Amino acid sequence: MNFIIKNIKSFALYELFLGMFLTLKYMFKSKVTINYPHEKGPLSPRFRGEHALRRYPNGEERCIACKLCEAVCPAQAITIDAEPREDGSRRTTRYDIDMSKCIYCGLCQESCPVDAIVEGPNFEFATETREELMYNKEKLLSNGDKWEYEISQNLEIDSPYR
Amino acid sequence: MLYDYILQLLIIVAQIMAVIAPVLISVAFLVYAERKILALIQLRKGPNVVGPFGLLQSFADALKLITKENILPSGSNKIVFLLAPIITMVLSLAAWAVIPFAPGWVISDINVGIMYLFAISSLGVYGIIMAGWASNSKYPFLGALRSAAQMVSYEVSIGFVIITVLLCVGSLNLTKIVEAQQTVWFAIPLLPMFIIFFISALAETNRLPFDLPEDESTLVAGFFTEYSSASFVLFFLAEYASMILMSAMTVILFLGGWLPLFDIYPLNIIPGVIWFTIKIMFVLFLFIWVRGTFPRYRYDQLMRLGWKVFLPLSLFWVVITAGFLVTFDIVPN
Repeated sequence: MNFIIKNIKSFALYELFLGMFLTLKYMFKSKVTINYPHEKGPLSPRFRGEHALRRYPNGEERCIACKLCEAVCPAQAITIDAEPREDGSRRTTRYDIDMSKCIYCGLCQESCPVDAIVEGPNFEFATETREELMYNKEKLLSNGDKWEYEISQNLEIDSPYR
Repeated sequence: MLYDYILQLLIIVAQIMAVIAPVLISVAFLVYAERKILALIQLRKGPNVVGPFGLLQSFADALKLITKENILPSGSNKIVFLLAPIITMVLSLAAWAVIPFAPGWVISDINVGIMYLFAISSLGVYGIIMAGWASNSKYPFLGALRSAAQMVSYEVSIGFVIITVLLCVGSLNLTKIVEAQQTVWFAIPLLPMFIIFFISALAETNRLPFDLPEDESTLVAGFFTEYSSASFVLFFLAEYASMILMSAMTVILFLGGWLPLFDIYPLNIIPGVIWFTIKIMFVLFLFIWVRGTFPRYRYDQLMRLGWKVFLPLSLFWVVITAGFLVTFDIVPN
C-alpha cells in the first residue's frame, strides 16, 4: 500500500508541486533588500568605522599624546610624534593612521583615557588612490568636527556598558 | 515584372521584421522578467534602477556587452568559433516562420509546420557543438558534449509527444493543430503528455533544472565559456529566443494557440494575438518559476529521466491514444 501511494505521489509530481507552491508563496512575501545608497541599515552605537580625533567643546583638542593607542595598535597603523606646546601642555605634532593597515579592532578607542581617538559611524570612506588612506592629524581632526554629534550621541548611549 | 519581384521581396522582408523585432524585444523583457521573478522568489527586489522599475536593464546590459572587446582564443578555430553563435541565433529565429500568431497571421503556412519546427529545434544542437569544439578548451567541450547528449535524449520523447498530438489532429499544419482544439485544449485530455512536453522543453532549451550544458558551478559557463562581447550576446539572445519558441510550441500544441480561454462573450472579443501572447507569457513564467524552485539534476539522473521514464511513458501514451481513437472510431482525417 505504502509502495502504491509513493508511486502515485511521484507520478503526480506531488513533491515538485509542493516546492513550486512554496516558491510562489515567497514571491509575495515582503522583500529584505535595502536600496543601499538611498536606504541604509541600522548601525550599533558601538559600530567601529572611520577614525576621528575629537575636541573639547571649547575647541581644544583632546589628545594628550600619551601614545597608548600607538602602543596597543595590533596592526601598528598609528604613528605619533609629540612635544610640549608653547603653553607647556603636551600635544601631538603628528598623528597618522594608515587606514590600509588598520583592522578596525577598536583597541585605540578602548585604550584612550580622554576619548580623543574614536571610531565613528562612517563606513563610506572608500578612496580612489592608496595615498588618500594615509590619514594625518588634520584629516582626523576634521573627521572629528564632522562627526562630533553622532560620536557623542553614540558614546552617551554606550556609556553604561563601558 | 522586376517591380513585382522587388515588391514581393519587400513584403517578405517586412513580414520577417514584423516577427523578428517583437521576438527580440520580448527576449530583452524576458531576461528582465526572469531576473525580477527569481529575485522575488529569493526575497530580493531585483533590477530596479535603470528606467522605471528597472525595465530598461536588459538594454543597458546589451549595450555594455556589445561595446566590449570580442576575444578570440588563440587556440580556437576562428571561423567555426564565430560561426557557431550566428548559427544558433539564426536557427532560433528561423523557426518563427511557421508559428501562427492568430488565424492567418503566419509568414509561411506550410503543411509540415510541426516537422519544420522540430527539425529547426533539433538543429540548434549544432551551434552548441560547434561552439564547444571550436573553443578548443575543456569546459566548453564538456558542455557541448553534455548538451548534445541531453538534447538528443529529450528530442526522442518530444517526438512521441508530438505524435500523440498529431494523432488527435490528423494534420501537420500548425494552424490546423490550433483549430482542432476548438472544443477542448489538448492539455486536458493529454495532460501527462503536456507535462512531459513541458519538462522536455526545459531540457531542450538547456534551462534549469536541466542546464548541465552551461552548469556554472562545474563548467564555468559551459559551451560559451570562451565567448565574449557580441558573440556572447548572440548566444544569450538565441537561448532566450528558443525559450520563447518552445513556449509558443507548447501553447500551439497543448494550450489552444490563439483560442480564448472560453468561447464566451467578453473573452472572445480579445484578439487572438493577445491570447497567444498571454499564454506564451504564462508558459515562460512557468519556465522561470521552475528555475527558481528546483536544484540542478545530476547528469545520470537526467539521462535516467529521459530514457527510462519519459521514453516508455510517452511511447505507452502514443499506443493508448491511438488505441482509444481507433476503438471509438474518432480518428481524424
